[in-house]
Amino acid sequence: MPDYRIYEHPILDFRRGRRVKFYYRDKVIEAYEGESILAALYAVGYRVFNRSPKLGLPRGAYCMIGKCSSCLSIVDGVPNTRICIEPVREGIHVEPQEGLADIRMARKQENVETVKVETDLLVVGGGPAGLKAALVAAEHGADVVLVNDHYVLGGQLVKQTHKFFGSRDYFGGTRGFRIAEILSKKIKEYNNIHVYTNGFAYGYFKDGVVGVAVHGEHPLNLLVKAKTIIAALGAAEKGLDFEGNYLPGVMGAGGAQTLMNQYGVRPGDRAVVVGSGNVGLIIAYQLLQAGVKVEALAEILPRIGGWFVHAAKIRRLGVKILTRHSIVRAAGLERVEKAVLQAYDEHFRPIPGTEKELDVDLVLISIGLQPDTKFFAQAGAVMKWVPEAGGLVPIRTWGQETSVENLFVAGDASGIEEATTAFIEGEIAALSALLKLGLGSKEVEERRGKLIDFLWNEYRMAPVVRRAREGKLKVTVSEEEMKKIRVGEYP
Amino acid sequence: MSYKEKGYIEPEELENLGLLPPRERLEKGPVVIAECPEEIPCNICVHVCPFKAIKMDKIYEIPRIDWGKCIGCGVCVPQCPGQALFVVDLSKPSQALITLPYEFLPRPEKGMRVILLNRRGEHVGEGVIVKAWQHDRTWAVTVSVPKDKWLEVRAVWIPEK
Repeated sequence: MPDYRIYEHPILDFRRGRRVKFYYRDKVIEAYEGESILAALYAVGYRVFNRSPKLGLPRGAYCMIGKCSSCLSIVDGVPNTRICIEPVREGIHVEPQEGLADIRMARKQENVETVKVETDLLVVGGGPAGLKAALVAAEHGADVVLVNDHYVLGGQLVKQTHKFFGSRDYFGGTRGFRIAEILSKKIKEYNNIHVYTNGFAYGYFKDGVVGVAVHGEHPLNLLVKAKTIIAALGAAEKGLDFEGNYLPGVMGAGGAQTLMNQYGVRPGDRAVVVGSGNVGLIIAYQLLQAGVKVEALAEILPRIGGWFVHAAKIRRLGVKILTRHSIVRAAGLERVEKAVLQAYDEHFRPIPGTEKELDVDLVLISIGLQPDTKFFAQAGAVMKWVPEAGGLVPIRTWGQETSVENLFVAGDASGIEEATTAFIEGEIAALSALLKLGLGSKEVEERRGKLIDFLWNEYRMAPVVRRAREGKLKVTVSEEEMKKIRVGEYP
Repeated sequence: MSYKEKGYIEPEELENLGLLPPRERLEKGPVVIAECPEEIPCNICVHVCPFKAIKMDKIYEIPRIDWGKCIGCGVCVPQCPGQALFVVDLSKPSQALITLPYEFLPRPEKGMRVILLNRRGEHVGEGVIVKAWQHDRTWAVTVSVPKDKWLEVRAVWIPEK
């Protein structure tokens, strides 16, 4: 069996857990405790995890964080299991799903206990915004329930190996995965924070009750009645239309980052990255650190999208950055074997005769993120389509409250930015919730005012993030305007 | 074409932005060069400099080095999240010394011969590591390079044995 595990890395030490054996189809797979099922299968060479319902086309790993439906599989008889965020366990049986699930085969869920809990604050999402929000609220004495989709807290911090930019007050200079470790450790120190990992918030119900499906060995139907809710659900990577984009090997750039930096599994041997935002630039660099050759980075615009310093890091190591280029085709039998790039003119029309064929097994898409806002839409929050924010986002006050009273938004779910602003928004949301709960003092109010001022009048004034600021301005309203929105007077 | 189109910056662009130290200062001894031309919200270098030689009023301004205060200690080199800081020393008669960030395998060691790369990733010669230390697993590698390459070399590549 091939072995894609990384054993030596310049930044990371992969301390693997004890050996675990599970079954995939009829084969015994050896994995390490802590790995997701998908990562363990990928490490030994599997690339196809599902098939499309109609045409039976192969489906590979794509987002790796439970946001897409590419890897849905049957785990111990439970269909539609996202094996990218399901941990390996001794003796489990995993089967590929081959299209849509058959509902009749769903295991009788008699063993699922329904548990009702009441709390001051429910935080949905354990990434930078959610962790910060939970900590700030708990520090001020609130009872907090924290629900996280993944079995590990930290959101996408866990795979960020670069030292963070920004202010030292918000972990600037510290590597992302270390920040996740620091915050997760702090969370454990509070006995008024109740954590449910592997828990998916499936809906917002009457009287502010949120239903949470907790997966794993002891499944739970958790019904949380919370006085306030902060939903920090993050974002998903956008897909791109081109011939062969369904092939395994075409992956969200962040998906590849999860494989190599969180699980220590090399996603491939030779990659092309499409899109030159910070995500694409940073991941190109991290691919090099993981021993993957980066053949090129393509950008359809005439200018590099991300920060210059990130581009300079890969450029001086010889990675070609092709502006006015994009991918037109991926080809291969059941997985990517080559990719074709083409030059585009100023009207974004492909220029004939400029095709470049690259011998790659990875096509990594980093053309932007899309806020994960299904929860807000289902809860009935007034939403707005804002391209600068990455898509549909809930309208909110300066204090991060949506049109659904006591439901707050923070982090990428409120519009795409980065971790520093996620920390700040999480803190603002928590302070707002504290004020609502009657747990806020004058100090809380002052702190909130200061943060809002720093966020809008200093941090977001940086020219490179101005577009995000403009996007967020379009969906941020005063308390008075929000009152009108709540009674149907849409601005 | 500017650096935002190419992904690398030209010495003239650095010069125009006032990011290059004067020649006399370079010849006196080590000094840091910040190849950080874009206004990004980050001020890590300001905080880590033991000599308070880096100035920035707003968090997104480009760093301004006080060439008089900077002694080229290199503490900032492995701590800059953008890996945009380089220490250059032109005080030696035959070779120039450049201290640059490095985050790859194999690990750098004193005496190793390395491939010198310019901002475009082109091989521009060979150099020797004279000093290597790390901060949170980013190495600050000081490499001796031909004196006329001081404004060119911005990365090293250590060939696998």
